[in-house]
Amino acid sequence: MSEVMLKLDRVDKFYGLIDHGVHAVRDISMEVKQGDIVALLGSSGCGKTSTLRMVAGFEPVSRGSISINGREIHHLPPVKRNVAMAFEGYSLYPTVTVRDNIAFALKSGNLPATEVARKVENVAEMLEISNILDRYATSISGGQQQRASLARALIRDADLHLLDEPMGQLEPQLRTLLRGRIKSYIKERGLTAILVTHDQTEANALADKIAVMEDGELQQYASPDEIKEAPANLFTGTFVGEPPMNVFPATVTIADAMVTLEMADGLVLTYPANAFPNDLLARLVELQQITLGVRPYSVKRSEKGAPAVIVANQWLGDQTHIAASFAGSALVLVEHDRTHLSVGDRIAVNLEPSDLHVFNPATGMAVSHGTELVG
Amino acid sequence: MQSVSTLERVLRGIAITVIILFFMFPILWIFLMSFQTNETILRVPPSIFFEPTLVNYKALISGRLEGSTATLEIAFMSNLYNSLFLSVTSVTVGLLLGVPAAYAFARLKFRGSEDIAFTLLSFRFAPPLLVLLPLTIYFQQIGLADTYVGLIWVYQLIVLPLILWIVRGYFEDIPADIEYAYRIAGHGFWATFRRIALPLAGPGIAAAGLLAFIFAWNNFIFALVLASADKQPVTVGALAFITASGINYGQIAAGIILSIAPTFALALYAQRYLVEGLSLGAVKG
Ligand SMILES: Nc1ncnc2c1ncn2[C@@H]1O[C@H](COP(=O)(O)OP(=O)(O)OP(=O)(O)O)[C@@H](O)[C@H]1O
Ligand SMILES: [Mg+2]
Repeated sequence: MSEVMLKLDRVDKFYGLIDHGVHAVRDISMEVKQGDIVALLGSSGCGKTSTLRMVAGFEPVSRGSISINGREIHHLPPVKRNVAMAFEGYSLYPTVTVRDNIAFALKSGNLPATEVARKVENVAEMLEISNILDRYATSISGGQQQRASLARALIRDADLHLLDEPMGQLEPQLRTLLRGRIKSYIKERGLTAILVTHDQTEANALADKIAVMEDGELQQYASPDEIKEAPANLFTGTFVGEPPMNVFPATVTIADAMVTLEMADGLVLTYPANAFPNDLLARLVELQQITLGVRPYSVKRSEKGAPAVIVANQWLGDQTHIAASFAGSALVLVEHDRTHLSVGDRIAVNLEPSDLHVFNPATGMAVSHGTELVG
Repeated sequence: MQSVSTLERVLRGIAITVIILFFMFPILWIFLMSFQTNETILRVPPSIFFEPTLVNYKALISGRLEGSTATLEIAFMSNLYNSLFLSVTSVTVGLLLGVPAAYAFARLKFRGSEDIAFTLLSFRFAPPLLVLLPLTIYFQQIGLADTYVGLIWVYQLIVLPLILWIVRGYFEDIPADIEYAYRIAGHGFWATFRRIALPLAGPGIAAAGLLAFIFAWNNFIFALVLASADKQPVTVGALAFITASGINYGQIAAGIILSIAPTFALALYAQRYLVEGLSLGAVKG
């Protein structure tokens, strides 16, 4: 067990008056371990930047406490927190060169000039901006500014690195290249980082843990695998994963050792009751109304199964996304081969018990993943 | 397309020439007058050809105006020095007080900050004559009447609101995150003010300082009432040119040239900053 670097304890953020202004962050508690990379995922306006700014010290915490390395810091000025940050809007100093922008981050540390120069060269090389080091920040492109701003954060030897959408402006190829380099840079130095991103591939590739936020609340905080296999609630289930999870309302009945799921349009799925453990069966009977979730990758076509009608078929170059009308709504499935199906074709699909996610429609909370009852 | 742009260029050239002539001609004419005596100035028709002479400047610099009937002693050079001293010190004091205040008003929003800022600006609304009478009485009582300190203090009424409001706007235009980026790297509040905020607002500060200097230089009424002869600036001292023995246009012209020279030179020098100030917009966003 490594030690905790950052701890948020029941943190609230209001812009304006407490309890009256905009409630941007709601009662968030989480711990980031030393050396971990945490990705912060969530839709626009859900409070990611607000959270980072409270950690950095640019916004006061309305309620709760923040500690770094075991030391409460939420009342300290930014300069005393030993945190580095790459800003969403880059915020480079326009009056100096890119080189000085990056070096400014080190100058307070009393390093010899040659050492500073060497470090700047290193980080610039890693981020492919060596050729613009002597340009002024106002005369370079958005993506270059973004990388300069990222370099300014990464060059620091801080307790915590906060990276607010550090690669949003870059083309996919460069992003993929830099992603790998940044990860090894962070890991080699044992840095701890929180990374805001809208790119789920990036989150999966970089992060040890993913924090999913919505509407100011932390929805789930777990490893990428766990988030995928066991989403804590309907929001996480449908927000994380591309294409998103298919969800359908269903009514459960259990009779004659069969589990029957009645869905819209008179569709009925039946499973032998012994495919599910008893505790789960008991819970399903108790709930009766459920929301059923299944990931597009888990939907299999087969000879016999539930009927569906193709409404779209897209080959994306490496996989096929098929949309079919199913149980009164749309079902998306992904296949790895090019599929020759046309709109209107009838197919049959199989939803295996082990691939089903069950949510409580009243609360949105997960009830089971596969055949495992939650909690 | 090509012909339109040529025509446009010609028209623009003409317009600019007319505007420059309109604004520069009086100054040019005065400049020429300052090298002439009344005889050549007043001849009909006027001509731009004459034998230049430095008598006007010599008279001003030596402080002796030779009239047709008598010699008048005037303290033109000491007036000029007073103007320079009063303007420079007032603007310096105004910048020292106004720039940090502007920064505070831009960055630290607190209850009533807007009211205080507005009160400071409202100093500009008060008609000087209204303020002057009570001010003179107070100044006499506390011994500030007819002192440089007293004058510089009163000049702050002109200079400070101007600097405060112009510079505040510039500080507000600097995105706060640029400063945060510096502070988070381990720099304190003051270091950030000095190293980031000041340079970014530099063109604005230069522009405000220049304007304040011109306003201070051109001030007449405060100095007229509050200063005696030896502390009068050139605006007040110029009254002495109108004498019973007639008006010597050449000397007046030379006086004008000498008294606009400092502001003119400053404006030329600071032009660079004013242009930079306009292009600073690129920082925003
Ligand atoms: N200075 C502010 N004053 C008032 N409300 C604010 C302020 N900054 C952010 N908000 C509000 O707080 C909420 C969270 O904003 P925040 O910037 O944290 O979102 P975000 O998750 O970073 O979004 P994005 O992905 O678009 O960057 C939003 O509703 C936003 O409108
Ligand atoms: Mg944001």
